[in-house]
Amino acid sequence: MARLETARPLKVGVVKFASCDGCQLALLGVGPLLLDLGAYFEIVEFGEASSNRSSGPYDLLLVEGSISTIEQAHHIRDLRGRTTLLVTIGACATSGGIQALRGWATGEDIVAGIYPRPEEIATLTTATPIAEHVTVDAELRGCPIDSGQLLELLTALSMGRRPQLPDESVCATCKRLGRVCVVVAYGEPCLGPVTQTGCGALCPAYSRGCYGCFGPREKANVEGLAADLAARGLDGAEIARRFAGFTGWAPDFRAAITARGGPPGFRTEAGHGKDA
Amino acid sequence: MARTPKTPKTRTPAPETIIDRRIVVDSLSRIEGEGRLRVVVRGDEVVEARLSIFEAPRFFERLVVGRTGDEVIDIVARICGICPVAYQLTAAMAFERLYEIDIDPAVRELRRLFYWGEWLQSHALHIYLLHAPDFLGYPDALTLAKDHRPEVERGLALKHAGVAILERLGGRAVHPVSLRVGGFSRVPTRLEMAALRPELERAVSDAQATVRWVAGFTMPDFDREPLLLCLRDPNGYSLDDGRLVTSEGLDISPADWESSFVEEQLIDSTALYARGIDGRHHLLGPTARLTLAGDQLHPLARAELEAAGGVDPIRRNIFRSITARAVEMLHAAVSALAIVDAYVPPDAPRAKWSPRPGRASWSTEAPRGLLFHRYDVDEAGHVTAARIVPPTSQNQASIEDDLRIYLPRVLQLPDAEAGARLEALIRSYDPCISCATHFLELDIERLPAGGADHVA
Repeated sequence: MARLETARPLKVGVVKFASCDGCQLALLGVGPLLLDLGAYFEIVEFGEASSNRSSGPYDLLLVEGSISTIEQAHHIRDLRGRTTLLVTIGACATSGGIQALRGWATGEDIVAGIYPRPEEIATLTTATPIAEHVTVDAELRGCPIDSGQLLELLTALSMGRRPQLPDESVCATCKRLGRVCVVVAYGEPCLGPVTQTGCGALCPAYSRGCYGCFGPREKANVEGLAADLAARGLDGAEIARRFAGFTGWAPDFRAAITARGGPPGFRTEAGHGKDA
Repeated sequence: MARTPKTPKTRTPAPETIIDRRIVVDSLSRIEGEGRLRVVVRGDEVVEARLSIFEAPRFFERLVVGRTGDEVIDIVARICGICPVAYQLTAAMAFERLYEIDIDPAVRELRRLFYWGEWLQSHALHIYLLHAPDFLGYPDALTLAKDHRPEVERGLALKHAGVAILERLGGRAVHPVSLRVGGFSRVPTRLEMAALRPELERAVSDAQATVRWVAGFTMPDFDREPLLLCLRDPNGYSLDDGRLVTSEGLDISPADWESSFVEEQLIDSTALYARGIDGRHHLLGPTARLTLAGDQLHPLARAELEAAGGVDPIRRNIFRSITARAVEMLHAAVSALAIVDAYVPPDAPRAKWSPRPGRASWSTEAPRGLLFHRYDVDEAGHVTAARIVPPTSQNQASIEDDLRIYLPRVLQLPDAEAGARLEALIRSYDPCISCATHFLELDIERLPAGGADHVA
């Protein structure tokens, strides 16, 4: 990752595309530290929090949300040109988010199903991650992101070092924390073995299987987990259902879902035989 | 999105319409989501006052098709990062009603605690980080903190008290993971609950101080008599049960919203508006609840409300919603503390159930107003169709009405100042545009010529 000039407070922008605003909230969620960030960062654009606005240039731009309209596709390219370091925050920005599932719709007018006058709506048929449109310098995973990871990123940037973000599976974190394994103890399907850590293995701590909101880790053995789920009695449709969550459009999960006929609500006849 | 800075612009008028004046705030600040304000006046006459939404649609009603009740709970949380529990709980209660699941009273109390936690964090966020800067003349809370650090720190502490509840019960404050059809996946131990106590005790006194602080703000003059809509529960302050009532006497089940209200896509509009089937619209949220259910407030909150001047000035002046929110924050904190103190873990975190086909519907009170969900469910327990009506789409007609009423009072001001005043009025509704599951994009083709207004 590029290094930034740190002699002056870094000019930071926070922007959003299609999303719930929850990841931006992580910045407001750092507590009283928020009031002292000003020594290192000058937040020049953060529409959700301030009436002072700036269209750049930005040393650091935190981008929430996925690209789901033509205007957004143009706008992110425009922003990239005014930004030194572009960091995507959250599942929408890094893998498309839950709204990306509409990418599986075929020959269906989703807009007409909801709006009486669909011709008023300008939307793309897909909702795609930021990295499909512009170069991304770093990403924070999660739905939502973890405030601690955001602080680590900001701290690292202010000191000109690489952020130390954990690189292991939720499963490994869960084991290290000594949690009861929900697969072994309760027979709950769990995406922990293939999902990037960062949440603190939250779902197993709350007696349910991981639903993959930090997305697949690099080189995750998704098909290996799918085979295990099949051995536990899940058919192809049910396996696709498990992967088709907030990071279902991430390539590794997407391939597993498509091979099994698509996510719930968007299924085609092809691929139904897999795991049957 | 980072657009051109929001400085309001005046279109250079064409000679034949020289008396027209347009004020456009391209990107509203300090609200959740993306909206734009456009007003057109001719002389003293308001030709148009419109809050436009350019939040990209995400089609949640479509995304839940094929999903189970438990999956719906996880998915609809993502409609809003500020009030995910409102969406989760409304969905859970809708499915539980259809499936005729008896919820353990101890689980019901825990859920109320969960919801009070969300109210606390959402109201504290809005009061301190978004709304108070308007009254004290600052662009944001960070700047406000330079002169009023103790107050902003108090706000952050209040917000954290809510976050602590959400994290304890749900693992995290944004998109918590524990709420399930029938109960929770896990419930806290008594020891874990007791740990919440000190922070909540402080929140009660901080919330009292907040009511006194905001009640002392100088409010813009504004006076009108709105129609009101909220839940009213004989067993407590409006939250997740009772009856859906209006100020004109409507009294129906929270499941029956669709019998009295509709959503319309108006011919000259780009948004879905919710209104009564009689065409009238209502004001939702803290003001409505305080007015129609203020007798159900905790005595501490009621006393602060009276000391702050009672409900009448709040009802008539939307800017005073900040006081309503502070009173509700006090009620939430003191109610949460009572639940923590009385807590005995339920026998089981979650009731057993099986799905059945039919229509699942319910309404609850999100921090910013009434929220309605309806799901049609098949034999397998999978959703076949859904409707989600967030508070802001129900409030939108009220917001625009208020803009029309308020406009003449700011017309003598320069455009930048007038735009800022109008934006503050919109902010008084705590609008959550991310929640707008199916708001539309602004149809920019319909804007009058004059390219500077057309930032999309």
